Amino acid sequence: MVTRPGQKPETIGTIRNERIVEKLVEAEKVKGRSLWQDAAGRFTRNRAAVAALVTLLAVVIFTLLGPFIAQWSNEEIDWARMGDIAGQGGPSIETGHYFGLDEVGRDLFARTIQATQTSLIVGVIGALMAVIIGTLYGAISGFVGGWVDNLMMRTVDILIAVPYMFIIILLMVMFERSFLMLFVGIGVVSWLEMSRIVRGQTLSLKHREFIEAAQAAGVGWFTIVRRHILPNLMGVVVVYATLLVPQMILVESFISFLGLGVQEPNTSLGALISKGASTIIYGTIWQLAWPLVFFLLTIISLFFIGDGLRDALDPKER
Amino acid sequence: MALLDVKNLSVTFDTPDGQIEAVKNVSFHIEPGECLGIVGESGSGKSQTFMAAMGLLAENGTTGGTVDYDGHDLLHLTPEEHNRIRGDQISMIFQDPLTALTPHMRIVDQMAEVLHEHKGLTGARARALCLEWLTRVRIPEAERRLRQFPHELSGGMRQRVMIAMAMLCNPRLLIADEPTTALDVTVQAEILDLMVELQKQEGTAIALITHDMGVVARMCDRIQVMRLGEFVEQGPADEIFHAPKHDYTRMLLRAMPRIDEPNKGKPLVPVTDRSEPILKVEDVKVHFPVRLDQGLFGKTVPLKAVDGVSFDLYASETIGIVGESGCGKSTLARAVLQLIPPTLGSVSWLGKPIVGLPRKQMIPYRKDLQIVFQDPLASLNPRMTIAASIAEPLRTFQPGLTSRQRKLEVAAMMEKVGLDQRMINRYPHELSGGQNQRVGIARAMINRPRLIICDEAVSALDVSIQAQVIDLLKDLQREFGLSMIFISHDLSVVREISHRILVLYLGRAVELADRDAIYGDARHPYTRALISAVPVPDPRIEKTRQRIKIPGELPSPLDPGASLRFLTSKLAAGDRNYVPEFRKVDVQHWVAEHDPLEDLLEQKAV
Repeated sequence: MVTRPGQKPETIGTIRNERIVEKLVEAEKVKGRSLWQDAAGRFTRNRAAVAALVTLLAVVIFTLLGPFIAQWSNEEIDWARMGDIAGQGGPSIETGHYFGLDEVGRDLFARTIQATQTSLIVGVIGALMAVIIGTLYGAISGFVGGWVDNLMMRTVDILIAVPYMFIIILLMVMFERSFLMLFVGIGVVSWLEMSRIVRGQTLSLKHREFIEAAQAAGVGWFTIVRRHILPNLMGVVVVYATLLVPQMILVESFISFLGLGVQEPNTSLGALISKGASTIIYGTIWQLAWPLVFFLLTIISLFFIGDGLRDALDPKER
Repeated sequence: MALLDVKNLSVTFDTPDGQIEAVKNVSFHIEPGECLGIVGESGSGKSQTFMAAMGLLAENGTTGGTVDYDGHDLLHLTPEEHNRIRGDQISMIFQDPLTALTPHMRIVDQMAEVLHEHKGLTGARARALCLEWLTRVRIPEAERRLRQFPHELSGGMRQRVMIAMAMLCNPRLLIADEPTTALDVTVQAEILDLMVELQKQEGTAIALITHDMGVVARMCDRIQVMRLGEFVEQGPADEIFHAPKHDYTRMLLRAMPRIDEPNKGKPLVPVTDRSEPILKVEDVKVHFPVRLDQGLFGKTVPLKAVDGVSFDLYASETIGIVGESGCGKSTLARAVLQLIPPTLGSVSWLGKPIVGLPRKQMIPYRKDLQIVFQDPLASLNPRMTIAASIAEPLRTFQPGLTSRQRKLEVAAMMEKVGLDQRMINRYPHELSGGQNQRVGIARAMINRPRLIICDEAVSALDVSIQAQVIDLLKDLQREFGLSMIFISHDLSVVREISHRILVLYLGRAVELADRDAIYGDARHPYTRALISAVPVPDPRIEKTRQRIKIPGELPSPLDPGASLRFLTSKLAAGDRNYVPEFRKVDVQHWVAEHDPLEDLLEQKAV
């Protein structure tokens, strides 16, 4: 060990330090396998989950690169063909409408990309809100315990008792229908279940010996929650959040299907499917088929990824 | 002809982390009426060998070789054929009698089910046979027990029910997988006696799977020593114990602490300064409120987990606390550390009382008072590297250290507890149980505390590792002048490490004495029964030794008369709330008031 200028004097004898430092340098090469790395290994061995992940990535990449391939923007109306959509508006490479036209003559390819983006964002933001609010709320409630826990959990019980669809629809009707309101509406309800799950997990973690060891070491309660409880909750939270994303997409789609979700000119997969379903009598099957394919690909692959994560993070549960 | 003949048995498990060979090509046989012991440390494949033979292997397991029983190859039977043999001709008893009994079925129904399946017996005849067997395994009030549910019985009684159930069809072979590991020593002694008796009367062969050399010495005619899926040595019990050939067997025998032969490991450091105790525990009581379903709203009664315990501890002294499950030894430890606030009584550290201090004011004391837990893996955060775990107390008490200095401190401490510093970035699940326990000790030691409480710190470890950890604790004591409170249910281990020993019974101290005095000159009947129940790993001594048996099960701490079990004269006089006095009988030797042992034995015999 070279003593650099300005270095603080070490607490242990220098000769021994040199030997220890040598060992430590060696130790740097030996990296421990954390539980996360273990889980990653198990996940990659799960073929269904990997295939689902690839599919989802393909969908995401498609929504990012698609606009560069598209020959029409999502706002342009193809005046030439809008008169006869059932006849001329079908999917075709020559016309540049790869997925065909929608019911007012816009390019469905561009519209599908736009809708998939919206749905994914809604799903991810909804799940994120659930993770952040739900995890903190549940962890604090479970760890503090006593009357605080009672108060916090009874509040959740009351909120869960109100049908969430009502809350969202009311919000949508009362306030201006916007993206912001949609996120608020979904966020308000999505964290409730999560906080319950996290609280249950916290309760079982709280009595583990390593928490007691931390208490014996004089660690403060918030640090215990942050350093010992939260990292051990992450497995459950990640799995639940992945399964929450498709759930959020479904909720949003249902609201949009009812006609209360995002508003034109914005769109989401639910809104497109709703439109496609209503025009199917005119023989324009592609208007339903394309958004539906993307919807199913996204939802199913997210479910498979969630399952794969659960198996990978909690091998004992199988 | 051998009853069970196993040839070249191998068991492989297919796991997401690759193939694991649990049992590698083992061959052995069991003669009718003999007791074969299979000894080995955890992970040696001893249980899996028999699980495979009984067709109870987990789904991902595959087997090879043959297991011949009475002309059938047990490995290639259909489940139906297997069921005809299982429970009828070969039966099993397991380690945990609570999980092995169906919780929602009455004892009589569970037992009758076996008779119905194999003998076609039902109704009154089945019931009569069940009752007969319950009486034979000496369950008190057998008639009443038949109608009870498993949770209403104590651990020892449940294991008796399991044995009665296993014996119902007069099997030719009884496989006992760690039958007494989950039981207290006194109960263990009774269960083992019962098994020996049944073996003699019924001529049943027993395959006893255990890690405990003492139990094997007591029970077995022949022994197979197993390690990492292979047999390393086999032979008659006498030969294995007195002329072991394999190094591993020798090592096992050497590592096993013996109650009759202390000082097998490193010598204890004598206590020099007995002028002023560093820790004074006075009349500590910890009561938990327990709700009973009585009346409309139920009623709350105090469960007296610790009920008035006092002791002093001097610098660089170790006090051993022993007692059976539920005697309050772990609760006492947590009350001393203020992890559970005591209901009454006082604890002073270096003359200053620490009971009732607010959490913030307690923190400076925590630097000096540390604890090592029973389960090495559970006591470490699985998401943190071991270095981060060890360094955690440093972050609280020396927040000024840079991360580099912290790392150096951690590495230096790892060296002291015998951990390779190259493991500094590893996670607990990558280490063995013994290594993880060293991490736990390093974490407790990192701030150079003056007192460490070891709560069953070596109980979950294999004997060979146990011996190493005990030596390590003694070394640390010598180097740092550490005081220790060593809590264990294992009397031989406590004898190895402690200067003085405190025996607890249902939350009260019954005897406190010097380590040699307590084993050589035990006064209290409970201490004497406890010591005589500990099996000694030597078949010659074991088979001739007389045991002191105080009849009856360990009573519930909620039973008000329970604490007077050794002072029945007061109980008979109607003085139910009498608290036995803790009297000094010699220098450093205190004994709780009790009736003479002879009276107690006689009285119960009536």
